[in-house]
Amino acid sequence: MSVIDQIPVRVTAVKQVAPMIKEFTLEAIDAELVPFSPGAHVVVTMGGAENEPAYRNAYSLMSNPQDKSQYRIAVRLQEDSRGGSLYMHQQIAVGDQLMISPPANLFAPDWMAKKHVLFAGGVGITPFLSYLPELQQRETEFELHYMFRSKQTGAYSAELAETLDNHCSNYDADQGSRCDIAAVLSEQPLGTHFYICGPQSLIDSVRAIADEMGIPASAVHWEEFAGAKPGQPFVVELSRSGVELAVSSDSSLLETLEGADIAIPNLCRAGVCGQCVCKVAEGEVEHRDSYLSEPEKQSGQVMMPCVSRAAGERLVLDI
Amino acid sequence: MRVAPKEIQSFRDDFTYSNSAEAIERFPFPFAEDEYRYSVNMEPHLPKGGEGSAYEHFLDIDEHYLSEMAERELVLKEMPHRCLAMPHMDLACWDMVERIMVSLSEDYPDYFSLIRDGDHWSWENKLLNIKDQFTFGDSSSLPMPPLDYIGRQMQGDFALLDQREGDLFLDAGIITCPADWSLAFDAGMSFKEWHGPVPMAHGEGIFERALKYLIAIPVGKPVRRLNWTLTVNARMDTSPEKYHEWGHERTSVTPENVGEKVYLRVELQVLDRMPRSNAMMFSIRTYLLSLEDLVTNKEWAVRMHRAMKTLPEPLINYKGLTRFHGTVVDYLAQFDPVN
Repeated sequence: MSVIDQIPVRVTAVKQVAPMIKEFTLEAIDAELVPFSPGAHVVVTMGGAENEPAYRNAYSLMSNPQDKSQYRIAVRLQEDSRGGSLYMHQQIAVGDQLMISPPANLFAPDWMAKKHVLFAGGVGITPFLSYLPELQQRETEFELHYMFRSKQTGAYSAELAETLDNHCSNYDADQGSRCDIAAVLSEQPLGTHFYICGPQSLIDSVRAIADEMGIPASAVHWEEFAGAKPGQPFVVELSRSGVELAVSSDSSLLETLEGADIAIPNLCRAGVCGQCVCKVAEGEVEHRDSYLSEPEKQSGQVMMPCVSRAAGERLVLDI
Repeated sequence: MRVAPKEIQSFRDDFTYSNSAEAIERFPFPFAEDEYRYSVNMEPHLPKGGEGSAYEHFLDIDEHYLSEMAERELVLKEMPHRCLAMPHMDLACWDMVERIMVSLSEDYPDYFSLIRDGDHWSWENKLLNIKDQFTFGDSSSLPMPPLDYIGRQMQGDFALLDQREGDLFLDAGIITCPADWSLAFDAGMSFKEWHGPVPMAHGEGIFERALKYLIAIPVGKPVRRLNWTLTVNARMDTSPEKYHEWGHERTSVTPENVGEKVYLRVELQVLDRMPRSNAMMFSIRTYLLSLEDLVTNKEWAVRMHRAMKTLPEPLINYKGLTRFHGTVVDYLAQFDPVN
């Protein structure tokens, strides 16, 4: 019936591709992988054996979307890792098994665009690596602007410069090379679409400059994969079961619910996809998502537990 | 499949279309409660109803397969633009080719076979005597464009919706049996634009919620809903392009012929995320059942009467039932013990 649930995969290769970035090759254990669309990601579940917490992180697929034999992801070790990237870097080796969600896409290219301009910052290069085969296949005009610090990131920069030739510009901040974003934006023909994946500061600055230049907001796309950020601890009560759970300052509400075996559908774990929406019965919410509309946020009746938290000490969910 | 395709019957002129007892039994009756209520009524497209049910497989092939494919040929011969795909939808069309060929060959191996050797594919449709080899993804390797090619081999209409700007756009489709809507007119429209004529729902935020829900549907989690209307005569092609041929038939319903002339038209709509293109495949599988066949099921007869009786005026008008709705309710009343 063409229904797919979690997919068990085996790690078949681990490669250090930059000082802080490891690349993992994943192959399906009992079936063929599905092709995916450029910009898609999977949620990787790691750990979760007895007495061990489970971690779930969303990672962009960076392999060729048509390749059903393997998926590849790249993981940057986060200095303030809440567990996931540290686990991937320290615990995962060739032969290990992981569970992944089917690919989902919140960052697909807009194929009506006359030209595509891609801004990658650090490990933000990953979704664009899955764009490239399709951009080339469609013979669409594009340029890639890749910003990184070679002492930490900068994976694949040499290969990209070689294979993409003048479609790719590399900017290594550790060599003092900077991208003049305003200059790049000002040179583009009408109908160009812009894509940003990288740290929040890069997303903010490209969006601000684009806005100043009068580039329509609908032509600017970005991937928010910051994920959950820490906050004050609080207690959540589930009104239907009466269960009470403590949410620690560095766990998200969604992670706490999952830790108590309460399954909540989710795709992005970053407040974008809308799948994990929960009804709120009592308590103030600190909304941190970009999915709910302002009126929905103000109603106080719904929240996205992947990133949002209680504004006070206590929250009651209608689940 | 328990119901084997039968010889070709017509959906026009002499209207020889008929349902067997098995086809009546498996008809996807849409009314779950007595009072008609407006709802989006989505559910996961999982098998239900067991062997022989219209929901047994991802795509449903039934006894009308040959008839519907012959009807589609007739429509496309006269109006080729009832199948169209904008240039950026080529990959989505190939996604659809893959989804249909894989599903049909797995679910109906007696009728369809697919052998894949990398991008080199061999497809056989024994019902239509089609046997082709082609290169997956290379539109020049098929005898006709991919959407046209596969659309002529699957019952029901198909639309491919491009997802961008947080919206869905109707940028490709093969639509030969629509319930009074036109692909040529709706082509390129956004979700809210093509739903513009639907009454009652715009004020209630139904479309905003539905759109958010659809945009988030992931690969491998298709959803379905049923939609319905009433059609006079077993006519598949009730398109605006052909209104001059069928519109006037609404005045031909009388208390004497209503049972055989009026059909409950049910659309089993499935929305399925396409993996390579991120487009949505929207399939609209149409079933027609005459009221006289419908009332052979006592439960359906009662429910149909009550649903028709409580149908709000704006919906009666929107669905084009104004001329004969009263006659239908009067006819059905005799099967409802409450009356």
